[in-house]
Amino acid sequence: MKRHLILGAVVLIGLVGYAEHLFADDKEAIKAFGTVQKVFQSPRCQNCHIPGDSPLQFDAGIPHAMSVVRGMDGKGAAGLPCATCHADTNPPASYGPHAPPGAPHWSLPPAAHKMAWIGLPADQLCAMIKDRSSNGDRDFAALIKHVSEDKLVLWGWNPGEGRAPVPVPHDIFVTQFKLWADAGGPCPVQGS
Amino acid sequence: MLTLNINGKDQELDVPADMPLLWVLRDVAHLTGTKFGCGMAQCGACTVHVDGAPLRSCITPATAVAHGQKILTIEGLSTDGSHPVQQAWAELDVVQCGYCQSGQIMSAAALLAKIPQPTDSDIDQALSGNICRCGTYPRIRAAVKRAAEIG
Repeated sequence: MKRHLILGAVVLIGLVGYAEHLFADDKEAIKAFGTVQKVFQSPRCQNCHIPGDSPLQFDAGIPHAMSVVRGMDGKGAAGLPCATCHADTNPPASYGPHAPPGAPHWSLPPAAHKMAWIGLPADQLCAMIKDRSSNGDRDFAALIKHVSEDKLVLWGWNPGEGRAPVPVPHDIFVTQFKLWADAGGPCPVQGS
Repeated sequence: MLTLNINGKDQELDVPADMPLLWVLRDVAHLTGTKFGCGMAQCGACTVHVDGAPLRSCITPATAVAHGQKILTIEGLSTDGSHPVQQAWAELDVVQCGYCQSGQIMSAAALLAKIPQPTDSDIDQALSGNICRCGTYPRIRAAVKRAAEIG
């Protein structure tokens, strides 16, 4: 009996230690998600991750001039695609501060998965990012590729004159995103 | 030296790589039908087509369209004003001062190439980037519909 009690205690202590270890990992990952949220909800990202059909512009996030719309594929109206004004690169500096910025495949998320996260609390944002039914069927590897390499995403760190870049350096953001993803993408609890 | 394909012809032009396409068209190629309005893609007066899609030529560096893309200006839409959009524009007497109209016509032609029978919403979405100071918008919308009928 005594032997059983000792064995039970050892297992219990082991489990508690394991749980603490797990919890510590989650704690780090959830802290890293704070950085992810800061980036995703900066104007450079959320101005195009919009709930309706009208993208936003500038740091203040005002509705895009000229009644610009998303279009089904996210590349603007059929008769006024984003590329009418947004080229593959930012304009030369000699064109002045008011020419439209540019990056490859300038677009919004398509209408089928809008990934709109303006004002979402951390727990809901976290759930949305990793939900493959809402994120364009991206697993963590695909999400990491999107935030690491997508040229339109990278534009957020080189937005041209008159726009604040994403407030976290890109390499730090990617490191934090991977830390969160590698831990399985744990989400903060509601209201935390 | 850049080679630009304008209205179906390759042209060798000695222009700086970052010269806006609009400057190239007007000052170097002497195609003055395309207009300068704001110089920052806010008004649509400088609209041309590149590979069939509308493009604001005032903020497009010449080098960006010097890789075989087909540039079409209002002069290249037809040689005799017979493009359905031009016919409809004349029939409905759309033009008032006329300054914005080559841009309006190019945007309308690009829309009809994508959507041959556009709704009011399609027309508004396609043309809301083309500003008309005379306010000819009702006639523009009617003329786009008429051009759709002419086909």
